[in-house]
Amino acid sequence: MTRFLPAACAAALLIAACGGGTNQNQNQPAPAPAAAPAPTGIDAATAGTVTGKVTFTGTAPAPQPIKLSSDPYCEKANPSLATETAVVGSDGAIGNVFVYVKDGLGDRTFAAPSAPVVLDQKGCHYTPHVLGIQVGQPLQIVNSDDTLHNVHGLPKSNREFNQGQPIQGMKMTHTFSTKEVMIPFKCDVHGWMNAWIGVLDHPFYAVTSTDGTFSLKGLPPGTYTIEAWHEKLGTQTQTVTIGEKETKDVAFTFKA
Amino acid sequence: MLPLFAALVAASTAVLIFAGGLVTSTGSGLSVPDWPNTYGWFMWAFPLNKMVGGIFYEHLHRLVASTVGFLIVVLAIWLWRAEPRAWVRRLGYVALGAVITQGILGGITVLWYLPDAVSIAHASLAQIVFCLTTTIALVTSGGWKRAYRQLPTPNSQLPRDRTLERIAVVATVVIYTQIVIGATMRHTGAGLAIPDFPLAFGHLVPPYWDAKIAIHFAHRVGAATVTLLILATAGHVFYHHGRRAELRRPAMLLLLLLALQITLGALTVLSQKQFIINSLHVVNGALVLVTSLVLTLRVHRARFADAGSAAPAGSAASFAQRNPAYVPAGSRGARA
Repeated sequence: MTRFLPAACAAALLIAACGGGTNQNQNQPAPAPAAAPAPTGIDAATAGTVTGKVTFTGTAPAPQPIKLSSDPYCEKANPSLATETAVVGSDGAIGNVFVYVKDGLGDRTFAAPSAPVVLDQKGCHYTPHVLGIQVGQPLQIVNSDDTLHNVHGLPKSNREFNQGQPIQGMKMTHTFSTKEVMIPFKCDVHGWMNAWIGVLDHPFYAVTSTDGTFSLKGLPPGTYTIEAWHEKLGTQTQTVTIGEKETKDVAFTFKA
Repeated sequence: MLPLFAALVAASTAVLIFAGGLVTSTGSGLSVPDWPNTYGWFMWAFPLNKMVGGIFYEHLHRLVASTVGFLIVVLAIWLWRAEPRAWVRRLGYVALGAVITQGILGGITVLWYLPDAVSIAHASLAQIVFCLTTTIALVTSGGWKRAYRQLPTPNSQLPRDRTLERIAVVATVVIYTQIVIGATMRHTGAGLAIPDFPLAFGHLVPPYWDAKIAIHFAHRVGAATVTLLILATAGHVFYHHGRRAELRRPAMLLLLLLALQITLGALTVLSQKQFIINSLHVVNGALVLVTSLVLTLRVHRARFADAGSAAPAGSAASFAQRNPAYVPAGSRGARA
C-alpha cells in the first residue's frame, strides 16, 4: 500500500492542477447568408398560405421583474429586465407562440438553408425568446454581453450540449440532427435566461410577434394540421385545407 | 499537531459538503461547462470578478474541493510518515483514493450533463470521504489513544455493551442509507414531489404514486426510521452509560442535530427548497452521520489496539491493562 502513496498523491495533484490556460474562444466566422433551397415537390405557382392570429383570454400574467444582483453587469446592462413568458399585446394578442405545420406534408423533403438562425445573448437574456430552425440549418449563438454565459441546450431527441462563452463577441454554431418541438435552452450562470427552439424538417413555421399574427407561406394545396405552442399555455391544433393559391385564416385562442 | 490537522481536514470536508449542497440547491451544476478548467482558465487563475451567477457556486465548490483534496494528500503523507498504526495509515490511503475518485466523479458529472447515477454517486461518496476524515481525526485524537481511560468511574461497566454496539452500527448504516435516498431525491428532482409537510397531499400516505413521489416518501419514512434508531441509541447511552462522557456527549449532539435536521427538512419543503435551507439540510445530514459514526467507533473502542500500548495487538487485553475494572465480555479479534 505504502509504495502506491506517492503515485496516488501525484495523481491527486495532477487532477487539481491539470488543464491549460487557454480560453475557450470559439470565435467562428458566421456562414455567409444564402437563399433557402427550393423545396421538392412544391409548385410555387399553386402554393397557398395559412395566416392567422393567436389570442389569449383571461387575465394575462404580468411580466415579473427579474432580480439581477447575482451579476453586476446584468444589473447595469438591463435593469428593467422582466420575464418573457407571456408577451401580450392589444386585444389579447399574444407573442412568442410557435406556430407550425405539424402534419400534412407527406413525404416531401426540404433541404436545410445554409443561412444561420441567430440566437443572441444580449442584456442578459436571449433574443429572440422563441425561434424556429430546420434540421441541419446552422444555429449561430452569439454572446453580445460583457459577461460570461453558458449555452445549454436540453433536447430530448437531439444531442444535449453545454458550451461556455466567457468573452464578449464569441460565436458558436450548432446544428440539430432531427426534428424536435420544442428544445429548451438555458444559461446556468443566469438562471432566469431561457429560450425555446422548434426544430423542423420543413420551413413552414412562424413565431408570433406581440400582435399575435403569423403567416405560413408557400404551402402546396392540401390538408394540414397546424399546431400553436406556447411555453406556459401548452398547445392547440387545428386542421385546415387550402386549395391552389388559396389563403386560409386560422385563429387560435388560449385561455388562462 | 497531527490530531489538530486531522480535525481541520474533517472540518474542511464538512465545508466542502455545504459548498456542494449550494451547487445543487442553486441549480448551478452546469454553469461551468468545462472541467477541470473553468471557462478555459486554469482553476486557480480564474478571475474572481468573473465568479458571477451560478459560476460563483460551482467554481467555489471546485476551489474548496481542490483545497480539501490537497489537505487530504498532506494528511495521507503525514500518516504515512508518522503514524505507527498500520490500519490508520491505510485509512489515510483510502481517504486519498476516495477523494481522488470523488474529484473524477465531480468532473464526469459536469462533462456528462449531470446524469442522475453519477451525481448521486458523487453525493454519496462525499459522505464516505467525510466519514473517513472524521474517523482519522477521531483515532488520532488524544482521547482515543488514551482509550478514554480517565473518564469512567472505577465501578463502570466498561466497553463491550453488545446491544449498544449493534444499535449504534445499525443507526449509522441506516443514516447513511437515508442520505443516499436523500441524494437520489435531490438529483432526480423529487424534492417537492410531495409539496406539503408533515402530511403527504393531506394524507398520512400519499394517495397518488409515481417514481418521484415514491423516492420522496421513502426519504420521509427513512427520516422516521433514523429518528427511532437515534432515540434508541441515545436513550441506551443515557440509561446505561450516562457517566461515560465520551458516549454521552455525541449522543446528546446526535439528538440536537436530529432535531435540527427534521426542522431543516420540513423547512426545505415548506420554503419551496430555499437554497440556503436546502444546503444546510445536506450538511447537517452529514453531521448527523459522522456524529453517529463517532459514537459507534467509541462504543467499539475496545476492538481497537491502543497506540503505543505495551499490550500486544488485541484491544481487550490492551484495554484491560489500562482499565482494571474492565472484564472482557467476548473474545472478538482486535485491529492490529
